[in-house]
Amino acid sequence: MAAVEVEGLARHYGEREALADVSLSLRRGQTLAVLGPNGAGKTTLLRILASLLRPHGGRVSVLERRLPEESWQLRGQVGLLAHEPMLYRSLSAQENLRFHARLHAVGQERITWLLERLSLSERAGEPVRSFSRGMVQRVAIARTVLHEPELLLLDEPYANLDPAALELVGPLIGAESRRTRVLCSHDPIGALREADVVLGLREGRVAVQGPAHEISVEQLEALYR
Amino acid sequence: MSAPATAATLPATEEAVTVVPLRRAVGALLRKDLLVELRTLESVPGMSLFALSTFVVFHFALNRNSVEGDLATGVLWVTLLFAALLGVNRLFVADAEEGGVDGFLLAPVDRTAMLLAKELTLLCYLVVLELVAVPAFALLLSVPFAHALPDLLLVLLLADLGVAVVGTLVAALAVQTRARDLLGPLLGLPLLVPIVIGAARASSPLLVASHAGTPAARWLAMLALYDLIFGLIAYAVFDFLLED
Repeated sequence: MAAVEVEGLARHYGEREALADVSLSLRRGQTLAVLGPNGAGKTTLLRILASLLRPHGGRVSVLERRLPEESWQLRGQVGLLAHEPMLYRSLSAQENLRFHARLHAVGQERITWLLERLSLSERAGEPVRSFSRGMVQRVAIARTVLHEPELLLLDEPYANLDPAALELVGPLIGAESRRTRVLCSHDPIGALREADVVLGLREGRVAVQGPAHEISVEQLEALYR
Repeated sequence: MSAPATAATLPATEEAVTVVPLRRAVGALLRKDLLVELRTLESVPGMSLFALSTFVVFHFALNRNSVEGDLATGVLWVTLLFAALLGVNRLFVADAEEGGVDGFLLAPVDRTAMLLAKELTLLCYLVVLELVAVPAFALLLSVPFAHALPDLLLVLLLADLGVAVVGTLVAALAVQTRARDLLGPLLGLPLLVPIVIGAARASSPLLVASHAGTPAARWLAMLALYDLIFGLIAYAVFDFLLED
């Protein structure tokens, strides 16, 4: 069953084309890696799949909901980890997670479990602005998976994480999580290791596409030249 | 260690889509907004200091030891209006800059929750502002209104509701633009002027030394009607302001 179906997707910002004629299909439980240089349209694609941006052309269906018409039915089923951590810097990790938990009707026990799982319990009461970038990323990951979303949309999720933190977040957002994932990355080797399907974008258009085992690291590295 | 289940499970079947009750969502947003303000002190102290400074300026500029009637209401409402605009300008800034709007839009929550929460947040700011500004106004400009306090509170409440509704609408519109610091007051002032006129006319009879006045009923009714109309407009258009 397809978790994500995109056909002829187009999106522009004023005159500038951010995405043009992008098509893809992703089955439930699979991981799609999206690669491409800065400005290729990766973040725009993620925001459209999260229903935060409207497509300007083509057809988009996420978890069997047509976007944007049925986007309200998608709320609460998607976890978005973007560049912006969506955390209030003046609030503590605990307060940020409690706020998002209330919006998703999630209990305190889930917050406590995630804080422990991500080794954040000791500093959970401190304001996020006092955290290192790696710690902020761990709190953002906790926020992303707080409501156990079916679909994870991850924009460079491993940025700023040290090897120990990578081990902590693996079961939550990595391949071990067994969730459907769309993963934006600049790391061809890591992306190929994690992905079932690969999409390479350049200037908003599909440059490389196919099953991960049919795509080489060289093909992906060529996107950046 | 196994992960505890969430209170709301949201499988991908249409009938299972769960929406968090409006009251809970408004409560969560309001609590967050007040907590952020308590930690950062970015809005209310600035609004209050502005109002106090303005009263001091009026005290010396008018060169009077006391004011009453139309002059007193003019000083009070113009000062409160400009102080309120400072709060309106900051209302959505933390959400826009720190990604809070996106976080909210991803949650299974009626978007009206944010409208109501922001209106209540602004209303709280205004109440605190007036707790500081109105006594300072009475002290610095020797305004005789102790006898008319209940009536003045009614006028303040109706005006505050209007400022909260219009201010939230304007702030939601302005925050999406790069020139939000300019656009907020530019859009807000014309829409808030009728509230200032209504509140000034309604409270003018209250601020007289003869202690004889009562608020003009038609101006109170006008304020209530303006609040209602803009409340309905805000309810109708707020979803579109949050959307792409």
